[in-house]
Amino acid sequence: MALDGNEKREFKVIGQRVKRPDGIDKVTGKALFGADLTAPGMLTGRILRSPHAHARIVSIDTSAALAMPGVKAVVTSADLAEPEDDFFRDIKDNVLARDKALYDGHAVAAVAATSRSAARAAIRAIKVEYELLPHVTDVDEAMKADAPVVQANRADESVPAGSSPNVTSYFEFGHGDLEAGFAKADTILERSFKTAATHQGYIEPHACLASLGHDGRGELWCCTQGQYNVRTICSEICGIEATQLRVTASEIGGGFGGKTTCFIEPVALALARKSGKPVKIVMSREEVFRASGPTVSSSSDVKIGMTKDGRITAAQAKLRYQGGAFPCGTVEFGAQAAFAAYDLDAVQTLGWNVLTNRPKEAAYRAPGAPMAIYAVESVVDELCQELGLDPLDVRLKNAARKGTLASYGPTFNDIGLVATLEAAKAHPHYGAPLGENQGRGLSCGFWFNFGGNTCVSLNINHDGTVGVVEGNPDIGGSRASISMMAAEELGIGYDKVRTVITDTNSLGFNDVTDGSRVTFAVGLATIEAARAAIREMCKRAAQIWGIDAEAVVWEDGAAKPSGPNAGDHPPMTLAEIAAVMDNTGGPIAGHHEVNADGAGVSFGVHLVDTEVDTETGATKILRYTVFQDAGKAIHPDYVEGQMQGGAVQGIGWALNEEYIYGEDGRLQNAGFLDYRVPVASDLPEIETVILEIPNPGHPYGVRGVGETSIVPPLAALSNAVSRAANVRMHELPMSPPRLLKAMSER
Amino acid sequence: MKYVKPDSLYAASVLLAEETGTSRILAGGTDVLVQLRSEMVEPDLIVDLKHLDGLRDITAEAGGFRIGAAVSGAEMGEHTDLCAAWPGVVEGVELIGSTQVQGRCTMVGNLCNGSPAADSVPGMVAANAVARIQGPDGKRDCPVLDIPVGPGKTSLAKGEIITSIFLPARPANASDAYLRFIPRTEMDIAVSSAGVNLELDGAGTVTGARVALGAVAPTVRLVEDAGAALIGSRLDDAAIASMVAAVEAACSPIDDKRGTVEFRTKTAGVLAKRAALIAYERAGGTS
Amino acid sequence: MKNTHVTTTVNGDAVEFICEPEETLLDALRNRLGLTGAKEGCGTGDCGACSVNLNGRLVCSCLVLAAEAEGAQVETIEGMADGEALHPLQRIFIEKAALQCGICTPGILVAAKALLEKNPDPSETEIRYWLAGNLCRCTGYDKIIKAVQAAAAEMRSA
Repeated sequence: MALDGNEKREFKVIGQRVKRPDGIDKVTGKALFGADLTAPGMLTGRILRSPHAHARIVSIDTSAALAMPGVKAVVTSADLAEPEDDFFRDIKDNVLARDKALYDGHAVAAVAATSRSAARAAIRAIKVEYELLPHVTDVDEAMKADAPVVQANRADESVPAGSSPNVTSYFEFGHGDLEAGFAKADTILERSFKTAATHQGYIEPHACLASLGHDGRGELWCCTQGQYNVRTICSEICGIEATQLRVTASEIGGGFGGKTTCFIEPVALALARKSGKPVKIVMSREEVFRASGPTVSSSSDVKIGMTKDGRITAAQAKLRYQGGAFPCGTVEFGAQAAFAAYDLDAVQTLGWNVLTNRPKEAAYRAPGAPMAIYAVESVVDELCQELGLDPLDVRLKNAARKGTLASYGPTFNDIGLVATLEAAKAHPHYGAPLGENQGRGLSCGFWFNFGGNTCVSLNINHDGTVGVVEGNPDIGGSRASISMMAAEELGIGYDKVRTVITDTNSLGFNDVTDGSRVTFAVGLATIEAARAAIREMCKRAAQIWGIDAEAVVWEDGAAKPSGPNAGDHPPMTLAEIAAVMDNTGGPIAGHHEVNADGAGVSFGVHLVDTEVDTETGATKILRYTVFQDAGKAIHPDYVEGQMQGGAVQGIGWALNEEYIYGEDGRLQNAGFLDYRVPVASDLPEIETVILEIPNPGHPYGVRGVGETSIVPPLAALSNAVSRAANVRMHELPMSPPRLLKAMSER
Repeated sequence: MKYVKPDSLYAASVLLAEETGTSRILAGGTDVLVQLRSEMVEPDLIVDLKHLDGLRDITAEAGGFRIGAAVSGAEMGEHTDLCAAWPGVVEGVELIGSTQVQGRCTMVGNLCNGSPAADSVPGMVAANAVARIQGPDGKRDCPVLDIPVGPGKTSLAKGEIITSIFLPARPANASDAYLRFIPRTEMDIAVSSAGVNLELDGAGTVTGARVALGAVAPTVRLVEDAGAALIGSRLDDAAIASMVAAVEAACSPIDDKRGTVEFRTKTAGVLAKRAALIAYERAGGTS
Repeated sequence: MKNTHVTTTVNGDAVEFICEPEETLLDALRNRLGLTGAKEGCGTGDCGACSVNLNGRLVCSCLVLAAEAEGAQVETIEGMADGEALHPLQRIFIEKAALQCGICTPGILVAAKALLEKNPDPSETEIRYWLAGNLCRCTGYDKIIKAVQAAAAEMRSA
């Protein structure tokens, strides 16, 4: 029986637009998100945060707070364990400051009390003595020799000698002879760019409910992209064993990478342990902005050489990223992704990760890639303008294809970049006429996508329905896609399958929901688990028929004898086999554990038309089209949703979103009023075109799609606005004051 | 915190006058609750006025309109006659916040919160609106222009409550408009704004003009030179240019996270020009 | 601080609760009445996730004191379906994939329902501006707007 092959086939369920299983709960308000759970005797937890960008914590006096009515526990860093590993130590020192407050909003202490007002009063009664230190928030300033040192001795061996102590790691990628390459160019452009830090902007603030007994057994409910990761982090930081802490993921109100780590959970557990009661902590919106994980901000230099007929002969990018007060590795992704779309003989990317007195960065869809590709695609576009070349044709001329040696090392297998470029070229959007003060921009985008540790368990029920158990929070509709893959493989209807996301006790380890990995890796594991169950069901049928198991095949949801020699037995459906499973050996299940590789990269191209108000610098988006390779779109609605959602986040990043710090190092816009995410009236329809170039690494060809779509908007918008306003923009966001100034200086 | 619903306006003003701690008047609450929640203010006393007689009414009076202090932006937008007579005043109020905020916010609350960027104020000032005030010592009227005295500050004495706004009678061939600059299309605080109120004669010549600016100074600015520049014109380019120059000269904005001095000044001129053209067309003028 | 006793009507049912004077209607719905459908996304009236209908007006419940609900009619997302029968907006939102994570969905449904009750045939622009106070970070709004248009069309022909 050809179960192991991944040959092309006609799909029955895959590709349909079925209804998601959590739909009714979410449209009726029944679904339970992080802040929606309560427990008897529950206390309210609240965190005291540093108002200073950089300060030594001289002393913390919690005695007055502890004495207040209703206050049941107060904790500081001293109440947490001492992890050996730097990775966990940094998280510990972020969730509660050790000896320095490293950014405005850094947690310093926390209380648990019987009401919100009691918690508020207690926070105010904690006396912290600070010794102010000089601070630095800008990436280039932080790299200077005389910059205030955020943390000493955090640089790894990659960092060149003589660098500021704030530089913690350094990366180089590339191949070929740059000098020779530039010598061949007819035109060389060298440009510098800046991008501001942005926030994922999930509408649900971080929230958790924690219990931790003196016996070390704990329960934690939280909104997270990875309950297993939370368990690992909390057990290290709180000094408990992983099996003793059961973490359950709530429904999650947006994550985009920002909920792949812990900010409040270890604190809630420590308060729960000390008070002996369940403790609930919910971050305010202001806390989310000040003290969760925004993106890096960047400063970059890009140099590209092109012949007059549009061939890129050499390309170099220097990327400087600040990732806040704790070391991060994000520039490595940026350096790898920057030129991924191009087939280059000579390419080099250099990247520096830098410390500043800002909150530690966290992932935000394709971390590190947007700001790098923004710079590269802007220079490519400007070269096209200067040489009078069509921007799509130039991309096609230089596009990475199967067999291209990527700028970051590997050789590409089947990829969809050319398909997306050709689809864009053929689309009516591309040739539509433009009016006065209007401009069109485009950009390629790319993300690696990941596989990772995955466990799935699939159980057959007596009534012929199937339960799938997986461990990855559903942030985009994945439960539907997982059920669809199980149904497809088993040959039964979608409505016969129920997929649930389970707690850390009920399944082996699962990496977080990130890297666009769930439809790919959990899907793959689900298919394998289904195949295992099918093998068992075939065995049961064989047993009933008295033939060899090898003589049974699975077709259209039923076991069948595999040839005339196998005997004349009518097929047995899954439901029929399940109905008698007690008599043939007992319950039937399949499971699969894997560290999945074979994830396929996803390329995209975005086209956007903008109109600029030359008197005010305001930008209006007239038309937007997203082209992206999904490998195989399991559920087209959810693939489109990822494409549209990422595009709009990128639009916000390009036009109005930014972290604004004052001279005092404090965040000035920690709310949705002045941190300006796109609203419904800012946008037109976002048209989508899905390409399908199957990923050979997945049984159905799936590529992750969740991240790529945030990458192209930055340069697509910048290129469109630059052409509409007739002035090149080199800094994001292109807020109206910046654009008006640039136009007036033209 | 004490939450009180007094029986009368007079009782309310006495309560407020006598409160030794911090007090706040509650109409729509769309500023007060934000300040409460972000712990910017911890009132000892909150006085809710919405239930009091007359405060939720829009009444025709002396050819004009009296708008009670608890009338919401949404209610103003639904009043056909008011919208016809004072479209600029109404559109200023309707730009405050979201649809949800509109269901609660009030013109008077917006004025008394004292933000230099308040959306309702330039339109009211251009309209020559008058506030009626109830105090512990009785009632008085005061031009809206004289209410704001600085960011977050009004000229009201302790215990004084604005109970209504009066918009005067309109001659024929008169109308107004309000425009603001924001970086998105909704949901932002005005970076700069302009309210223009025009009166024309039968031939389309401007006989009366008031130009008021928001968010470009510590309080709303009534720019008399800008109005004067339009009088006697039919909004030709020269008159407009002269008005814009007067507007720019009247700006003294700040640099902050929402805009620069340069940007605010420049866009105030642009908005005043565009608002003037809209008001002119609404008033029946054809350029 | 002396607590406040409030008697009000929520989704047609008479209810009572006790709360601190500074609590908002959102706090009371979620923490006193167990109605967690309305969400706190910001607490400052900027995101719309807490939208409810108060005496026939669409409002942010985070901007209303619980005490102000005394004697009022409050309608939340929990009252939108009629027993098992979903409101057309709810059903069409699922059909048209107009939600991803779903956190903004209750607020958007309450707001969209208020729109269609006021204006049964809104243009795309009118829908977008009416919903400008409801932030969504997942969908880019596209499928939401289309779902509202589809629901409006269906409700007009009913």
